[in-house]
Amino acid sequence: MTNGWIDIKNTDMMLIMGGNPAENHPCGFKWAVEAKRNRNAKIIVVDPRFTRTASQADLFLQIRAGADIAFLGGVINYALQNNRTAKEYLVNYTNAAFIIKDGFKLPDDGLFSGFDPATNSYNKSTWNYEEGGNLTGKTPPVAAAVKTDSDEDTEPAHVASASAGHEQVGSHGTAAGGATPAPAALPPNVAYDLDLQHPRCVYQLLKQQYSRYTPEMVERITGIPQADFVKAADLYTSIRKDGSVKQVGTIIYAVGWTQHSFGTQIIRTAAMLQLLMGNVGRAGGGVNALRGHSNIQGATDMAGIFDVLPGYLKMPNSSDKDLKTYLDRVTPKTAKPGEWESFNYYSNTPKFAVSLLKAFYGDAATKENDFAFSYLPKIDRRYSWTEIWDDMYRGGIKGFYAFGMNGVMIGPDSQKNIDALKKADFVVVCEIYPDETSGFWQAPGITADELKTINTTVYRLPGAGFAEKDGTFVNSARWLQWKNAALPPPGDCRLDQDILAQIFLKIRELYKNEGGKFPDPILHASWSYTLPDHPSLSEIAKELNGKALADISDDKTGVSLKAGQQLPGFAMLRDDGTTMSGNWLYSGSWTEAGAMIQRRGTEDPSGQGIYPNWAWSWPANRRVLYNRASCDVSGKPWDPVRRQIWWNETAQKWVGNDVPDFKPDSKPSEHMGPFIMLPEGVGRLFVPLSGLADGPFPEHYEPIESPIANPLHPNQSNNPIAKKFKTPLDKYGTTQEGYNLVCTTYRLTEHYHYWTKNNPMNVELVPEPFVEIPTELADEMGIRGGEKVKVTSIRSNYIAKAMVTKRIKSMMVDGKKTYQIGIPIHWGFLGISEDEGRTAKTPVNLLTPTVTDPNAYTPEFKGFLVKLEKA
Amino acid sequence: MGDRTTLQIQQISAHPGPIAGEGMQRQEQVCKLIDTTTCIGCKACEVACVEWNDMPFQNTMFDNTYQTMPDTNWNYWNLIKFNESEHSDGSFAWLMRKHQCMHCADPGCLRACPSDGAIVQYANGIVDFQQENCIGCQFCVSGCPFNIPKFNPSTKKVYKCTLCSDRVSAGLEPACIKSCPTGCLHFGTKDDMKAMAEKRATQLRDVSGFAGAGVYDPDTIGGTHVIYVLHDVTKPEKYGNLPAKPRIPLSFTIWKSVFKPIGLFGAMLGFVGVVMHYVFEGPRREQPAPPIKQIDPPPPPAGKEN
Repeated sequence: MTNGWIDIKNTDMMLIMGGNPAENHPCGFKWAVEAKRNRNAKIIVVDPRFTRTASQADLFLQIRAGADIAFLGGVINYALQNNRTAKEYLVNYTNAAFIIKDGFKLPDDGLFSGFDPATNSYNKSTWNYEEGGNLTGKTPPVAAAVKTDSDEDTEPAHVASASAGHEQVGSHGTAAGGATPAPAALPPNVAYDLDLQHPRCVYQLLKQQYSRYTPEMVERITGIPQADFVKAADLYTSIRKDGSVKQVGTIIYAVGWTQHSFGTQIIRTAAMLQLLMGNVGRAGGGVNALRGHSNIQGATDMAGIFDVLPGYLKMPNSSDKDLKTYLDRVTPKTAKPGEWESFNYYSNTPKFAVSLLKAFYGDAATKENDFAFSYLPKIDRRYSWTEIWDDMYRGGIKGFYAFGMNGVMIGPDSQKNIDALKKADFVVVCEIYPDETSGFWQAPGITADELKTINTTVYRLPGAGFAEKDGTFVNSARWLQWKNAALPPPGDCRLDQDILAQIFLKIRELYKNEGGKFPDPILHASWSYTLPDHPSLSEIAKELNGKALADISDDKTGVSLKAGQQLPGFAMLRDDGTTMSGNWLYSGSWTEAGAMIQRRGTEDPSGQGIYPNWAWSWPANRRVLYNRASCDVSGKPWDPVRRQIWWNETAQKWVGNDVPDFKPDSKPSEHMGPFIMLPEGVGRLFVPLSGLADGPFPEHYEPIESPIANPLHPNQSNNPIAKKFKTPLDKYGTTQEGYNLVCTTYRLTEHYHYWTKNNPMNVELVPEPFVEIPTELADEMGIRGGEKVKVTSIRSNYIAKAMVTKRIKSMMVDGKKTYQIGIPIHWGFLGISEDEGRTAKTPVNLLTPTVTDPNAYTPEFKGFLVKLEKA
Repeated sequence: MGDRTTLQIQQISAHPGPIAGEGMQRQEQVCKLIDTTTCIGCKACEVACVEWNDMPFQNTMFDNTYQTMPDTNWNYWNLIKFNESEHSDGSFAWLMRKHQCMHCADPGCLRACPSDGAIVQYANGIVDFQQENCIGCQFCVSGCPFNIPKFNPSTKKVYKCTLCSDRVSAGLEPACIKSCPTGCLHFGTKDDMKAMAEKRATQLRDVSGFAGAGVYDPDTIGGTHVIYVLHDVTKPEKYGNLPAKPRIPLSFTIWKSVFKPIGLFGAMLGFVGVVMHYVFEGPRREQPAPPIKQIDPPPPPAGKEN
C-alpha cells in the first residue's frame, strides 16, 4: 500500500476492484466502513460477482474477469475528456509534460514500437524521453503528431506477429528476466512542454492512447452497459469536479488484479488514474494493495521473488562481471527537466548493496574482494514459481523444500505440480498439518500400482503454528509489528528458524569436510547468532536493521556512531564496508533506542490514524509514501484539514504529522519532484525503457483463454509478452472447443487458503466446496442448487455442488451473451471434509492455466475458460 | 453458568412469590445495536459465540447459500442470515442480518414458561434461561415470536443466547460485539444505542439514498434489547423473516391476560365468597362432638398363669 489500512478512513471515494476486502480482509475493511459512516465516503465495487464487499457498495458493476484495463482505461479517458484531473499536480508531479522520442508508436494494432516476433520481446529504445530541455511554447504543428506514427512502416514485424495471434505468445526459455543486455539510458536533460501541447508529450500520447477506450468500447470488452460505466466513471472522478483538489479518492485492490497475464499493467492503469487525479501521496488516497497473508509484505521485502535481493535491490545477472559493473547497471542516474530537482534516492544503491553484502558475508566481504560480490548467485534466466515447477516436471529440479506454503495447491495446473513431484528425488515439507504437497502421492487417480513407481522421498517436518512463534509480521501498510509467542510448540514441533539453521549448519559442515564446486559462499556466510542452531528472531531483526562496523559520523546531521552500534536509519549506510544491514528498508526498525517494531504507543495527535509510535513502518516510519505530493508546489497542503506534511518557512524544512518522504530541507522553489525513488522525481504516466516488459502504457489484452477476440485489435488478442509453457500438460482452451464459460477463482472469509480445512470451526462455517453459477445459466441447464456439477477446462475437471445465485448475471461481451462462474479455492484431497468423503478431492487449480504475467510472473488464476455439466 | 451476583432479577417465570432482592439496585437497560447496513457477513460473531460458550462443533450441510445453517440451534445461538433481494427497479441487494435472541421487554418465552425459575429477566433487560429449572416442555419455543429457543433432545433442555449475561455482569461486552471487525455491532445502554441507531438511520435516509431506513425496535412486544438499523424498516421480512409486528402467540397472551386474570378473579371470588360466608353465616359455630366410638383398649396379652 502507498498508504495504510487506517488511512482509508480519511478518504472520500473508494474504488474497490480486483479485491474483495470485506471477505478477505474483514478487519481492514473496518476503515472503509468508517469512511462511509464518518465522512459519507462512497464505495464503488467492480467485480465479476456481487460479493460481500459489493453488499456495502454505493455502486456495484459486474465486470467480465480480465477486462480491468479496459474499464480503468475508460475511466482515464472519461477524466481527461471531462477535465476531471488535477492540473497542477499533473504538470509538476508527473511526467505528463515530458516529450517521448520520435519513433515511439502506440499499440493501435496491439503492439508498441520495437516488437521482435522472433523472441517475443520488445526493443525498448523508442520507449524513452527525448533529450532537450524546455520546449514550452515551442509546440510543433499538429501535423507532426500524425507523423509520429509514420515509422510503422519500418517495422514489418508488427504485421507478422499480428497475424500469428495466439501462437506467438511467449516461448519457453526465452526472454530471460535479468539477462537482457543493458538498455539505453534515460537522457539526463529531458525535453518537456509545460503547456502539455507537444504532440509527443506524455499527456498527449496518453490522451491518444485512451481515446480508444470509449464507453462503447468499454461495454464491448467488459460487459458493463455504457450507462452504468459512465455512472461509475462520473462518480469516481466527481472528486475533481469544477477543478476542486480538496477531496481524495483511493483505489483498493488485491490478487484479482495481479493474477492475469497482464496483471502488472492493470495496477499501472490504476496508478496512472491516481496520478492524473492527484490522489497519490495524499491521506485517503493512493494505490493500495491488500496483501493476502499476514506477512506477505515481509516476504516480498525480504526477496520472496527470484529477481530481487532484500530491499528490492536487483539481482545480479551474468553480465555483471564485478561489483562496479553491477552497481553501474542497477544504480539509476538522474533524468529530469534541467530546471527541476530530483532526489533520485536510489542513487544510494551502492550503500544499500555493500551493506547487504557485509550482512551476508561479514568479515569475508572486504573492499579488496569486491565485498564478496562474486559469492552472490547470478541469474541467467527466470526462476519464478511456474518455472520451478516446470523445471521439476521436465526433470531439472530434483529436490524441493516447502516451508509455510502448499506447493501442489497454490500454483496453476495442479496435475503438473503433482506429476512434477513424482519425478523429484525428495521433497521436504515443514507444516503443522499433513498437506497436499507432502501427500501428493495421495492425489486422486494415483493407483496402488502407480504408487510403487513413485520414488520420491518425502520428509515431513513438524513446524510451529503462528501463535507458537515470536517475530514480526509486516502488514499491507508496511508496518513491522512484533508479536510474542502465545504458547510453545507442542511435542516435537520446532520453530522454522531452528529447522533452517540446523539444515544450514549441516550443509556447511558437509562443505567443510567434503568441499564442493563453490564452497566459499556457504563457508563464509555470516552466522553470528548467540545460539547458532537456535537463532533468535530478535537477533535477526537487529541484523536486518544493521549496525556500524567502525566508528562513523555524519557531518551533515552530526550523528556519530561507535562500532557495533545499531544504525538509526538508512541515511547512515555506507558503501565502504563500515556499515552492514540485511535490508536497507528496515534500517531504523531496531536502533540504539530499542526495538521500534515492538512499540505500542496509541497516541494519534493528528487524528488521521498515523499513530507514529505504534510499531514501525518502512521506510523511516513514514505512513503515507510520497507525501510531498500532498502539498501544492509552494508546499501548502492541498487540503488544509487533512494536513500530512508542509513546508515550514521559518524552520526552512519540511515538517508535519507524518515523516516527510522527501529531502527535508529542499525548498519548494527548488522544484524537487515528490517521487524521490524515481530518477525523474515525478510519477510515471509513461514508463520508459526497461521498466515494464509489455509496454510503457497499459493496453487491454484478452486473457490467454478468452471468449472473444480483442475488440481493440482482434489480430493481437493477448499480451504478446505473456509467458506460456510447452509441456504436454500445458494446454490452452478455446470457445471453439466448447469451453464457453468464463471462470474465476477466489477465497472465502470463512477459510484461510488450504489450511483451515483442517479446523472443525471453519469447516462448520463452510463445510464443502461449491461452484457459484448464475441462476439464468442454471435454469438453462436444469441445474438446481446443491446438485453436483462438473467443471471442465482443457486441463482437467473439478466436481462440487452448485450454488445457484442471482449474484452473478449473464452479460453481453462484444455482442455475445456470456456467463461467468466462480469457484472458491479452499479444498484439496486432505482435510476434514475430504477425509469424510464429502468432497470429490479435486483441487480447483487442476483447472487453471500455466501462463504468467511478464513483469511479476504471477499466473493467470482469474478469467480462464471452462465448460459446465451435471456430475 | 457465570457469576450473576450483580445482575438484578426483574421477572421469573411461573414464580408465585416476591422476587428476592427486587428493587435493591438500579440497573441500566442494556442493548445490542446491529447495523445491518454495515454487516459484511464475516461470521466472526458466530465463531465468537460458539467459542465463548464452549459449544460442541457440529456437522453442517451445503445448502445453496453462504448462510452457515438454516436456523439457529441449541448449540448455535448466533447466525447471520443471508438474503438475496431483488428490487422492482432492477437493483439488487445482499442482505445480511445477525439473528439471535432479541431479549424482548415483554418476553413471550418467559410468559409461556410454566416452570418456576427456568426463565428470568434481569433488570437490565437480559432474558436468560436457567437450564437447571427447565422441564423441557418447550412452551417457550412456541411463545417466542422470533423462533429463538432451541431444544436439545439429549439433555431435554432449551437453550438460547444469553446476551453473554456472564460477561455483562462482569462489565464486559458480549462476545459477538467484541469480535465484530467493522463496528456494525455496538453495546451500551438502550438510550445510547437508540440514539446511535437513529443517527445512522438518518444518515442512510439523507445521504445514502435509503429512504426507508429506520430502526427496528418493535413496540408490539414492548421493544427489544437487541435493535437493528435496516435499509428499509418497512420491510423487515426481507431480512430472513424478521417479523414486522412480532407478537406473542395469542394462546400465551390469553393465558396471561385473560385466563390468568380470570383465574385471579375466580380466586378473588372464592375469597369474597369466604368472607360473605363469614359475614352471613358467622364464625364457625361450636360443633357437637362427633360421636366417637370408644374402642376398648385391647386386652393385655394374656399372661401366663403361673
